[in-house]
Amino acid sequence: MSGHVFHTGHEELHGVTVVVESPSGMTWVGRYHERTDRGVLLHDVATHDPATSDQSRAAWIQRQLKFGVRIDQKHLTVPNPDAARIVRLAAWEPVSG
Amino acid sequence: MPYHEMMVRPMREEITRHGVQELRTVADVDAALGPGDGTVLVFVNSVCGCAAGGARPALALALSHSVKPQQLYTVFAGQDLDATARARSYFADFQPSSPSVALFRDGEVVHFVHRHMIEGRPPQAIAADLVAAFDKYCSPHRAAKGK
Repeated sequence: MSGHVFHTGHEELHGVTVVVESPSGMTWVGRYHERTDRGVLLHDVATHDPATSDQSRAAWIQRQLKFGVRIDQKHLTVPNPDAARIVRLAAWEPVSG
Repeated sequence: MPYHEMMVRPMREEITRHGVQELRTVADVDAALGPGDGTVLVFVNSVCGCAAGGARPALALALSHSVKPQQLYTVFAGQDLDATARARSYFADFQPSSPSVALFRDGEVVHFVHRHMIEGRPPQAIAADLVAAFDKYCSPHRAAKGK
């Protein structure tokens, strides 16, 4: 339906809550703003670090889905090499295999 | 910082014209959401264009369904700050986001629509999800059976 998106001229994911997955195992959930040469700029960001969390990535994301995004940082730029996979939170599924 | 009232008034009216009562103060919220039976919907309104621009028409569509909550309320995030914070205290298990929708039955949150479930979806799809929740939790038959 047209007419309900006000942020014209932005990328498709602009304003959408996404999951950003890193090859290192780090995961971020936040509202996508834009991707530049510096990386992916997210707003209202929750961070999952497998080195310090007692939850798996999948369990942590499921919790964000059910109870909402628990914000750790207002803004974060994820360097491009770390932003290996970006998907909408609402559509997130673990990578099989 | 809240936007000028003149700018947000149409966004308030887009909800209240469908019989949704706006809660502007802490006292309003406590009077509406205090202990009680039945089904209650709280719509957390928002200026945010992308998501709220889809959520408001979605709620309007859903409220045209034959089955709907007995009580309908709204607070405006970013505008009526104290009332919104108080309303969120009634569904504190869920992280704050706006727009969002909380559906209560007999004082318990039985369904919650987060902002991430609204973003990028057409109002018809959001409304269909709300209607499914209304049918599940607000049908008099099911409510009487305690399902």
